[in-house]
Amino acid sequence: MTAALSTKACPTLTRPAGAPVYLDYQATTPCDPRVVETMLPWFTEKFGNPHSRNHRYGWEAEEAVEKAREQIAELIGADAKEIIFTSGATESNNLALKGVAHFYREKKNHIITVVTEHKCVLDTCRHLEQEGFKVTYLPVQANGLIDMSELEAAITDQTAIVSVMTVNNEIGVIQPVAEIGALCRKRGVFFHTDCAQAVGKVPLDVNAMNIDLMSISAHKLYGPKGIGALYVRRRPRVRLVPMINGGGQERGMRSGTLATPLCVGFGEACAIAKAEMASESERLMGLRNRLLGGLRQRLPEIYVNGDLDSRVPGNLNISFAFVEGEGLMMGVKDLAVSSGSACTSASLEPSYVLRALGLDAEMAHTSLRFGLGRFTTGEDIDFAIDHIVQAVEHLRSMSPLWDMHLEGIDIKSIEWAEH
Amino acid sequence: MAYSDKVIDHYEHPRNVGALDKDDGSVGTGLVGAPACGDVMKLQIKVSPEGIIEDAKFKTFGCGSAIASSSLVTEWVKGKTLDEAASIKNTDIAQELALPPVKIHCSVLAEDAIKAAIADYKKKSG
Repeated sequence: MTAALSTKACPTLTRPAGAPVYLDYQATTPCDPRVVETMLPWFTEKFGNPHSRNHRYGWEAEEAVEKAREQIAELIGADAKEIIFTSGATESNNLALKGVAHFYREKKNHIITVVTEHKCVLDTCRHLEQEGFKVTYLPVQANGLIDMSELEAAITDQTAIVSVMTVNNEIGVIQPVAEIGALCRKRGVFFHTDCAQAVGKVPLDVNAMNIDLMSISAHKLYGPKGIGALYVRRRPRVRLVPMINGGGQERGMRSGTLATPLCVGFGEACAIAKAEMASESERLMGLRNRLLGGLRQRLPEIYVNGDLDSRVPGNLNISFAFVEGEGLMMGVKDLAVSSGSACTSASLEPSYVLRALGLDAEMAHTSLRFGLGRFTTGEDIDFAIDHIVQAVEHLRSMSPLWDMHLEGIDIKSIEWAEH
Repeated sequence: MAYSDKVIDHYEHPRNVGALDKDDGSVGTGLVGAPACGDVMKLQIKVSPEGIIEDAKFKTFGCGSAIASSSLVTEWVKGKTLDEAASIKNTDIAQELALPPVKIHCSVLAEDAIKAAIADYKKKSG
């Protein structure tokens, strides 16, 4: 078995020479070397099928998978039997929404979600609308949080499930999940939450928060890509129609042979998160404050998108007024960051999450997302500040909008020819 | 998205960034695009009494392709007559910079900027 956690300090990761500083931890995280180490034997000598009941290869794999299930459950205050392994949060979100909607469709046909949810929730809801379900998409306030009274008003006797993400992937804001859970329980509605960005980052307890279904992704918390989980409450029981049929694994909700190494890595990642979350959050909060403070000190006209208090420590989303986001990303080529601007995708629309906050399209076009994580150092942050300040100043010096701003011209007063 | 070497070169070493006096009768100013769309180009030309563009400056809010397109056209219009400059096509710009399909609008905007600057000059000089 693996060495006890306490004997292994958090490792550092060395960046290859010339590689950009990684500040995109909401996109994915590197596997923690301690995680990789626990996975390795399960690829080679311990390769058994965890569902083989007839020999030692199967038994030891099953034991490893069940230990991982317990590690995951412990992190969210669940019972191991309530953890269903999936391929990732996208599958978990699909299974939660389609599974519940289809199982209860004779009695209820209404789903409530939020406009700032991840695409995989929104797209699943659109799909269910085509099947005849009714979906309410709640708006958010300017800080990115939902208004509880709007949720309360949206719930009807027809509502089967409410799906609200705990932490938003673009702006990092934390929704009031405990309040949402309490409301849903009171009204007899299932509460699903996409916790891909939350597990291992903020304390979660499915019982205290009245969460009925929770989607988890391993690669957002320093585990391997290709695995996730759906927490499905047993009491009061939540029932699902499975999307994948087969040998009846995972209590019949998700057939298919489990990937033992991925399960083991996922479990280890959760165990590390449980042990280190508090200290890691504190450290990341320090780094985030350093980044924001450094930028604010040297650059005027920058704005944080989303609530700064109800937010995970590892996220900052900033609009740099009068500088277009993609142009800025090109200027900070020694940083790996994401832009809320259109031009990174095939569409020309800026981020729908930023638009939902009521941000003007022109401000949404000027945003960058910074994701800080376990292997981010103070030097990384200082380097980032210098690099960003330099790029923003350079681009503002060639921005006609910056000139207008300096001349006191309100760019909204100009009649632009939209193209 | 991977940019072509020419786009990167113009982005990192933009030609003719700056401004000319917009109240000068020999200067034409074109301002095209919209902040909400993520691109705004300001192109200015200074025209000699013989009708030759003797200087050009730009400022652009936009992605790397938008900056490169405007930088490139300031180089191209210099030394040209107004008619020659007006005949520059967006397809020439897109081809020179090897712009991918999603960036064609940047070259369209640069062509519009030239035409707008020329129109402004003509309006001023009557």
